[in-house]
Amino acid sequence: MGSADLTCRLLGLEMKNPIVLASGIIGTSSSLFLRAAQVGVGAVTAKSCSLQPRAGHPNPVALDWGAGVINAIGLTNPGAEEEVHLLAEGRRILEPYGVPLIASIFAGTVEEFGQVAALIAQARPHLLEVNISCPNVADEFGTPFAAVCESAAAVTESVRRAVGKDLPIAVKLAPNVYNIGRIAAAVVEAGADAITAINTMPGMVIDAHARRPVLHNRTGGLSGMAIKPIALRCVAEIAHAVKVPIIGTGGVNTGEDAAEMILAGATAVGVGTAVWYRGVEALGTIAQELGAFMQAEGIRSLDEMRGQAIR
Amino acid sequence: MSTMMQPTYLHRPFTLVSSKMDNYRTRSLTFAEKLDCQPGQYVMAWLPGVGEKPFSIAGDDPLQLMVVDVGPVSHSLHSVAEGQRVWIRGPLGQGYRLVGQRVLLAAGGYGVAPLYYLARKALAAGMSAEVCMGARSAEDVLWAERFQALGVPVRVMTEDGSMGERGLVTKATEAAIAAARPDSLCACGPLGMLEALDRQCEQLGVARQLSWEAHMRCGMGLCGSCELPAPQGEDGSLHRHSCQQPGWLACLDGPVSWKE
Repeated sequence: MGSADLTCRLLGLEMKNPIVLASGIIGTSSSLFLRAAQVGVGAVTAKSCSLQPRAGHPNPVALDWGAGVINAIGLTNPGAEEEVHLLAEGRRILEPYGVPLIASIFAGTVEEFGQVAALIAQARPHLLEVNISCPNVADEFGTPFAAVCESAAAVTESVRRAVGKDLPIAVKLAPNVYNIGRIAAAVVEAGADAITAINTMPGMVIDAHARRPVLHNRTGGLSGMAIKPIALRCVAEIAHAVKVPIIGTGGVNTGEDAAEMILAGATAVGVGTAVWYRGVEALGTIAQELGAFMQAEGIRSLDEMRGQAIR
Repeated sequence: MSTMMQPTYLHRPFTLVSSKMDNYRTRSLTFAEKLDCQPGQYVMAWLPGVGEKPFSIAGDDPLQLMVVDVGPVSHSLHSVAEGQRVWIRGPLGQGYRLVGQRVLLAAGGYGVAPLYYLARKALAAGMSAEVCMGARSAEDVLWAERFQALGVPVRVMTEDGSMGERGLVTKATEAAIAAARPDSLCACGPLGMLEALDRQCEQLGVARQLSWEAHMRCGMGLCGSCELPAPQGEDGSLHRHSCQQPGWLACLDGPVSWKE
């Protein structure tokens, strides 16, 4: 009997399955990219980088609070110049596995987004993800770029100008906005080729005995199972608003979770926090589980499933 | 809500009942509570307002930690008074496994902490244990008398010869392996020592479980900070210590690596 076809086409990229290592999770070295490839991931996203190196926040930076994880790592990264070498090496290592490499960038101003993008483009990643939604990244008024159509579009335009037409860009959106569909439409209008959604959901965990927030940064981003319904709703709204592919990310821990994301309209599926629950192997296991689910349900391809739940 | 997830990985306050100086920079902290864990696993100890750092577990019932004064968090832990609380997250990571009948322990400096806990578990399981301890100088040799009190034979090596034999711990392990072949060598200590033991065990065909020290931040395999630096191979390719896969994360895959 024939097995379900997990092949995923994302823009010009040919992926063996739709599972993408989400940005911020173990995307810090070429040997970790290699490990993700060896366990069977479809594509790898590097951790976000900025113009200058960042040490990140002191501990505690992350914990499992029961229904998910909260983190404020603080965008630790070696800076764009060093990241170019890491990405170039990563791309070379991933090549034999047929695993595309997605770079991720963030910056403090619209202009700086363009500068970082121009540098990172030198490493020739297959796709450039623009992280406008980290709680640590805010415009001069203290608002995340992802919160307002105008600033989200301005960043997208700045990056598009910097990298030209050859490098496709995906803009990563925040869940905590009034209308994510409008923001998606604004960034697509401004030149985005794809949307990644969602970033973590801002939250706070307080220790009652210590009578203070646990994270050193006080607030952090929620991930894991608690945010899956939020992510599904956001992906569905974006799928209604724009025609570009979506990398649906947030709370995917099993193959069935991945199927839900595709049914909501995602083309590819980001996986991050599952590494904590199920080990690095989760990146391959989830793809296998998705294949088994499709097989059992008589679904032959991802195209057949995509957006079916929201029609 | 019968399927409610138990938030086991939240910090829990543990009450300090005893804080004893072991040497010029090391204290043993003993708590009122016990922790359900395995030797070789670690915990994150958090002092609200100060910070959080990983510590290997020296005993589970009650919880005991060995704290070396090397930074702001460990320094503050040294001055926590008996009766005060320390917040504990964990246990985290993969520990040692009890295999066979005979285990050889190799400790570098304060690497004795998880091995003392392991020795007690091994003896309780009916296994025999022996420990080789390496340190710079006599004042850095920790807990030799505790192992002796368990009836575990102790070989001590110091770099300056101020206690036991002069030399590195690998000299003692070589002699111990020659005298009585262990089913597994379990070690904890600095990088160079573990690399040397890895090579020695590879040559002698001995299974080993090595606990690696790394810069742990999230403790959950997410941030990537604890990946050990990959030595560059002669052909320019990355190669690993024989116990490790590419991209090995000390906090989630380890801290203990093992090879048959």
